[in-house]
Amino acid sequence: MKGLLEICYLIGSVTFIIGLKMMGNAKTARKGNLIGAFGMTIAILGTIFLFRTDHTTVNTLKFVLIFGAIGIGSAIGWLTAKKVEMTKMPELVSMFNGMGGACAALIGLTEYEHNRGNIAALSFIVAGMVIGTISFSGSIIAYLKLSGKMDKPVRLPNYNSLNNIVLLLVVIASVYVVLQSLALPVFVIWILFVVAIIYGILFTVPIGGADMPVVISLLNSFTGLAAAFGGFLYDNKPMLTGGILVGSAGTLLTLARCKAMNRPLSNVIFGAFGGGSGAAAGEASEKGTVKDIQVSDLAVLLNYSKKVVIVPGYGLAVAQAQHVIHELEKLLEERGVEVKYAIHPVAGRMPGHMNVLLAESNVEYEKLVEMEDINPEFPQTDVVLVVGANDVVNPAAKTDPSSPIYGMPILDVENAKNIIINKRSMSAGYAGIDNLLFYNSKTSMFFGDAKKALTELVAEIKQL
Amino acid sequence: MEIFDFFVQNREMIYFIILAVFVGIEVIGGVPTVLHTPLMSGANAIHGVVIVGAIIVMLDTDPSNIFGLILGFLAVILGTLNVVGGFVVTDRMLEMFKKK
Repeated sequence: MKGLLEICYLIGSVTFIIGLKMMGNAKTARKGNLIGAFGMTIAILGTIFLFRTDHTTVNTLKFVLIFGAIGIGSAIGWLTAKKVEMTKMPELVSMFNGMGGACAALIGLTEYEHNRGNIAALSFIVAGMVIGTISFSGSIIAYLKLSGKMDKPVRLPNYNSLNNIVLLLVVIASVYVVLQSLALPVFVIWILFVVAIIYGILFTVPIGGADMPVVISLLNSFTGLAAAFGGFLYDNKPMLTGGILVGSAGTLLTLARCKAMNRPLSNVIFGAFGGGSGAAAGEASEKGTVKDIQVSDLAVLLNYSKKVVIVPGYGLAVAQAQHVIHELEKLLEERGVEVKYAIHPVAGRMPGHMNVLLAESNVEYEKLVEMEDINPEFPQTDVVLVVGANDVVNPAAKTDPSSPIYGMPILDVENAKNIIINKRSMSAGYAGIDNLLFYNSKTSMFFGDAKKALTELVAEIKQL
Repeated sequence: MEIFDFFVQNREMIYFIILAVFVGIEVIGGVPTVLHTPLMSGANAIHGVVIVGAIIVMLDTDPSNIFGLILGFLAVILGTLNVVGGFVVTDRMLEMFKKK
């Protein structure tokens, strides 16, 4: 039956490639995902029923355990994925990623003992275990941070040196365990496991706010790598293809995200970001006064505009205002106003997160305009309505070299004739940086919870 | 030279890896930002293939090794969570794009 298993594995490997390729196009994406899932099912079933080696023992208990585990995992995975709100998507992806990492870690932990002395096998086992573990503990921290259970970046003194020392320790200990496996007691692998957990935590804990998407993407490729090491160990092609594919694709996505913020990856990992610069915040408070606008005035302004651009940010998602913003857009279109959405590549908590949210509330795909295309249109725009976004419209990215977001391409909203900013209060953005745009003479602040304020605005416009 | 022996013995594997890296880069290259989130989520589901390793652990573990079976059992649960959760959540995201 070896031949049939190889065919199952071939189907698995090829569907991963085709599925991922199809996911790169909006039209075929959903089918691509299903094709990947189909190939995965074939590879899993093939392994359960056809994978047999000299060490394999099959009995009823094992089948009960395997199908029991798959049943439990499927039920929990399915329910969580179906129930989660779209705003909580990033932390969920992070959580599932951590589970994959933990799975790779457990494989390494069980395979260690009977492979002692076999240096080639041990290097794959230890590498997969360590990388999977780092991905696991790092993803859990990322999950806690994104879900707001741990919102302040924690910075230990000299954390860069500390992290590098622990990393060095992990690497040296791993090499030592591989080479000296027979001389060392079996439980050293568990010590290594604990040290890797600690490194994963140290690696993620200081990274704050706006950089979390980069971290998730990076940890995603780590788990891919861990799966690939499992593929080496068992000479298993779907694990190798899937793992390497995700490893390289994930790295590319990570770099794309860094490029969108105009910061090198090293800067994200080692740079102190997310804590904000206190100095910049202090300065900005002397940069002028803030005007606010009442809902009735704003209704009139929007109603008689020719062109309105909406800049949605994560605040919109948090306030669950994606539906009411679509209502506002439809209402204005009925009144003959041209409405578009300007989507910054890093809007939301993951690349493309904002598109997913707006698509959920039925906003037309064509109305979502990417940054490079919308920037030249701002001078002809009557009103820019910024809802729950901050850092992506902060002019400090262009003007203030000391700002942590300096160099990040932003939406040039200051070129529009009027700028309206909806915010709950004057607090700084997710990255913790004050925004000079608020003090611009063309800017008016429209204070209030996004959902409530926009609902009032829609009601007001309807009366005109 | 041990290192040369390693290359000779694993020549096909090394070619395989290099080509797979390029396939990964090629497949993702040029994808619009709009699709990055579902793509990341889909890639996340695909690395859940690590579950195949967990099943192999279960099959290869001696039935009298209870501790090994427990670890394998947990690994299969975690791997399934990654696979099923990953594909379902990606499908939910993409479903929204398709409504248009």
